[in-house]
Amino acid sequence: MAETATATAKRTVKFIITRRATPDSTPYNEEFDIPYRPNMNVISALMEIQRNPVKADGSKTTPVVWESNCLEEVCGACSMVINGKPRQACSALIDQLEQPIRVAPMTTFPVVRDLVVNRQRMFNALKRVKAWIPIDGTYDLGPGPRMAESKRQWAYELSKCMTCGVCLEACPNVNDRSSFIGPAPISQVRLFNAHPTGEMNAHERLEALMTDGGIEGCGNSQNCVRSCPKGIPLTTSIAAMNKDTTKHMFKKWLGM
Amino acid sequence: MSGNSYFTRKLHSLLGVIPLGLFLIEHALTNYSAFEGGPEGFQDSVNGLHDLPLIFFLELFFIWLPILFHGVYGLYLAFTSNLNTSRFQYGRNWAFAFQRITGVITFIFIIWHMWQIRVQVELGNITTDELGTKMHEIVDNPAYFVLYMIGVIAAVFHFSNGLWAFLVSWGITIGPRAQRVSSRICMGIFVIMAVLFILSLFAFRGDDFASASAAIDTITARLG
Repeated sequence: MAETATATAKRTVKFIITRRATPDSTPYNEEFDIPYRPNMNVISALMEIQRNPVKADGSKTTPVVWESNCLEEVCGACSMVINGKPRQACSALIDQLEQPIRVAPMTTFPVVRDLVVNRQRMFNALKRVKAWIPIDGTYDLGPGPRMAESKRQWAYELSKCMTCGVCLEACPNVNDRSSFIGPAPISQVRLFNAHPTGEMNAHERLEALMTDGGIEGCGNSQNCVRSCPKGIPLTTSIAAMNKDTTKHMFKKWLGM
Repeated sequence: MSGNSYFTRKLHSLLGVIPLGLFLIEHALTNYSAFEGGPEGFQDSVNGLHDLPLIFFLELFFIWLPILFHGVYGLYLAFTSNLNTSRFQYGRNWAFAFQRITGVITFIFIIWHMWQIRVQVELGNITTDELGTKMHEIVDNPAYFVLYMIGVIAAVFHFSNGLWAFLVSWGITIGPRAQRVSSRICMGIFVIMAVLFILSLFAFRGDDFASASAAIDTITARLG
């Protein structure tokens, strides 16, 4: 037992982390050798750096800053680029990663510091497409219409979106030169338009998608559906909303 | 760009298929008559087109203006895209990147090709009877031949893949299966049309187009 313990203690995991001190400062890389423990993930490695902020060359540094919350891939807070792919750090298991493990922030979003990004644009997009069901009023509206179970099943898949930002990071059309809102909010329009009560305001959400930076920004690279950690059928949602916005456009032209 | 980018983008997508895609198919078939029927066959096809009524307006509204809009707005769209195929090496992402690369190549190629053929006809430097011989002169130059090969393959890829994207953008192919089947059909269209254009380019290189060229040279010389 003692021998195994020493062997484990000697093993280290190499990290190359892209850092920056302030939003506007130049990014730089720092290397870390972190003692290996079984079943480690990227978050526990970052916690290790927090406990002992010493670089691979032995010199001291500031602890790496990151965001995390649920630690079970449902909140979306710890999204970062790990070995080139945007994903959640909590579900990135060290045993399954190629070393050195390269960790960088998702630069599609404004970087606040180190691995912390500001995903405000995603929440703004949800407001813009009215991704909610308006039921507030001055009197009790009574129960709403029922939802078919078959529909609920696929709509539930869309509701798994945690606004983590991975699809925006993977999308080649979400960048500084384009105003595209990204795949996630388009799929949310499909979710709320599928709801029997939400459907009553379907036209408002479709019209929001038919403005600048809306659904037309999609260039069909389909990286989003390949990257989504929740397996949401984003490209199916986008194509379905293409169909609905096209129908809406013709109906409006014809005055129907 | 005044108005709403949703309508501009929709129009861009539509024009790529109707009329530009249909025109590209017509162009592939007309050129193929050079492979199938030699100089006479090609000349018959050319004459057939030039006998169409209101040919100038057909060209203006179904070819030139749509190309101008689709090309210029397409350059803007290509400018607003990042190419991230090094990080995401998926087939569709490659197609996305190639759609933009071939779009730019095609636009440049079309301008060059229009200058060599259509503008020269308009300037009176060549007549519509000399199109085959003019093409022979162009593709007889090995460098131009390679550029024409790249140009037609880029144009055909851009159309075939654009047709796939058109079906998605207009909400016709929605689920993954529909999009997979349509991508196979569109790649089939790519292969067939590329073969038609390549065969016609080889046909234009052929000696019969040269002899037609030589014959016309002799006639012009004698008349001169």
